[in-house]
Amino acid sequence: MDNTHMTGLLRDMLRARAFEEAAAQSYAQGEIVGFLHLYPGEEAVAVGVLHAAEPGDYIVSTYREHVHALVRGIPARAIMAELYGKKTGVSAGMGGSMHIFDRERRFLGGYAIVGETLPIALGAAYAVAYRRLPEAVLCFFGDGAVNQGTFHESLNMAALWRLPILFVCENNHYQIGTEIHRHSAITDVYKRACGYGIPAEQADGMDVLAVHAAARRLLDRVRGGDGPQFLELSTYRFRGHSMADPGTYRPQAEVKAHEAADPIAAAIHEISLSYPSRAELAASDRDSLKRFADHCCQGGHLDDAALKRLQAEVQAEIDDAVRHARESPAPTLDDAWDALLRNRRFETLLENLP
Amino acid sequence: MSNVLYWQALNEAMDAELAADETVFTVGEDVGLYGGTYRVTEGLLAKYGEWRVRDTPISENSFTGLGVGAALLGLRPVVEIMTINFALLAMDAIVNMAAKIPFMSGGQFPMPLTIRMPGGVARQLGAQHSQRLEAMLMGIPGLRMVVPATPQDAYWQLRQAIRSDDPIIVLEHELLYFRTGELDETAVAPPLHQARVSRPGRDLTCITYSRMVSLALETAEALAAEGIEMEVVDLRSLAPIDWKTCEQSVSRTHRCLIVEEDNECGGVGAEITATLQARSFFQLDAPIRRVAGLDLPTPFNGALEAQSIPQKKDVVQAAKELVTNATGGVS
Repeated sequence: MDNTHMTGLLRDMLRARAFEEAAAQSYAQGEIVGFLHLYPGEEAVAVGVLHAAEPGDYIVSTYREHVHALVRGIPARAIMAELYGKKTGVSAGMGGSMHIFDRERRFLGGYAIVGETLPIALGAAYAVAYRRLPEAVLCFFGDGAVNQGTFHESLNMAALWRLPILFVCENNHYQIGTEIHRHSAITDVYKRACGYGIPAEQADGMDVLAVHAAARRLLDRVRGGDGPQFLELSTYRFRGHSMADPGTYRPQAEVKAHEAADPIAAAIHEISLSYPSRAELAASDRDSLKRFADHCCQGGHLDDAALKRLQAEVQAEIDDAVRHARESPAPTLDDAWDALLRNRRFETLLENLP
Repeated sequence: MSNVLYWQALNEAMDAELAADETVFTVGEDVGLYGGTYRVTEGLLAKYGEWRVRDTPISENSFTGLGVGAALLGLRPVVEIMTINFALLAMDAIVNMAAKIPFMSGGQFPMPLTIRMPGGVARQLGAQHSQRLEAMLMGIPGLRMVVPATPQDAYWQLRQAIRSDDPIIVLEHELLYFRTGELDETAVAPPLHQARVSRPGRDLTCITYSRMVSLALETAEALAAEGIEMEVVDLRSLAPIDWKTCEQSVSRTHRCLIVEEDNECGGVGAEITATLQARSFFQLDAPIRRVAGLDLPTPFNGALEAQSIPQKKDVVQAAKELVTNATGGVS
């Protein structure tokens, strides 16, 4: 793996963390309202998988999708403005945190009903196969989604018709507040894919290089016509399910253990139910980002000065995104009607429509 | 111009759109080899192949969601749900996905998805197979729904729905599939959602849709023999509703009767009543009347089943009361 590639992974992990921290701060200040599901702890999953994707691939994501969108290449400004509900948001302020869509980057949305990403990916992959194109569809979902009917229905159809889908299970071991041992009879999620004859692997979702290697290997198979593939990535979210969730159902010892084991997130001195501030994270020498950076430095990919530059660039980008979101205009009701009716432009409709 | 069965008109429409546009495909249970439960997709698998006419497992939520996902990539899926009763399993795909994605994406993604399914009370299929759930779907922002009553409308409304970039439900009726009617494939089709005056009349307006249109027309015939001229408005569409045609009719007759097979509570008639009393209050000489299905799960027993949905005598009675104000305006 070369310098550029390693730095690229590190940069996106830094961006992911900085973006979510900024979002948390804006939420705490009351500038972002509604549900806000944050990604800290799981960065290696989105970064590793999406760096293995091609621009022609399609991404289907969940309600915890800011980082998928960011790593996919949607500008931080457009995502942050969407979180703020502004007109400049990537979904024009009509979607919000859980519904980021970007047609240009083939980002087919964030879905807020658990298990919805599977049939969406199924349909997208059907369209790809229909047109006989060498593209893949990446379908993200959590361990909570695997008990929905759509999981089983969609895996069955994907296997039946050999559709080009990479199923990516972000197994953070909790469906909101219920631990996997209490919600699933089989806790190794990948084994469920075997029931449909879909090749499945497990990888360490806290190790960005392992994630990337596995995703690349499986995506090659998907594009090579081997049909759907399944990747289970074991990971951990450091925060509650959403900003409305203090996460009291998880023992502090467990959170702490994951923090320590995590290659990018050992930043927290004392695990408290409130998320650590950016200052605390920056001051910590246990930050997993620092550890991954050390890994890069030891491999001769990066030096301290370059790392500092990178961090400064990332922070500037995120600060700019927040400023942009804050200053952007709100959409009007006319904009809302436009979003609903825009695709009717070629039709003769009735007088009573707005 | 030919005389065809309702299912044949739908079959011709499917054939025409599959032939005209290679992005059109259909999925559903038994649409392929079997040819469709009501024969609507008969012969299409042989002609267009399995990628365009796809038999699915019994997984309504996911194959309807498949339609949504494929529509995001620019295909024009026609999802057949065997009956509206099974659409309850696909409500997430219909309501949360199809109806909302175009809007939630800020208008980035059109949703050229058509969902075909029959509803209605057929012949003693029991409560789980005899539902009219259109009232549940007509109020979902972002969804459109048409309810063709004739082979002519079935043909053109299905074609128009497939060509639309919005998600549209084409609600058919199990007892209409084997009704005959004229089909003119060369006609200029009216706008998809425009209502039609199926029979003019001066004394009262009967607003109705789907299978109840023929009941209303039969009733109008009977009433005419007694000197009462009932105008019949076939809505053709429940989302949106063509209020203008309804208002114009009411302004001619000053009395309005709504006939719906769906049950009364929270039904289509409730919406029409509420809107027309606001829009046509000063045109009305009597309160708007509804003849609707009973608020009862459909009984299996044939006689009871018939009693649970509007019959000709019910419509005759309501129409007579309305024109004579026999009920003093309170029914």
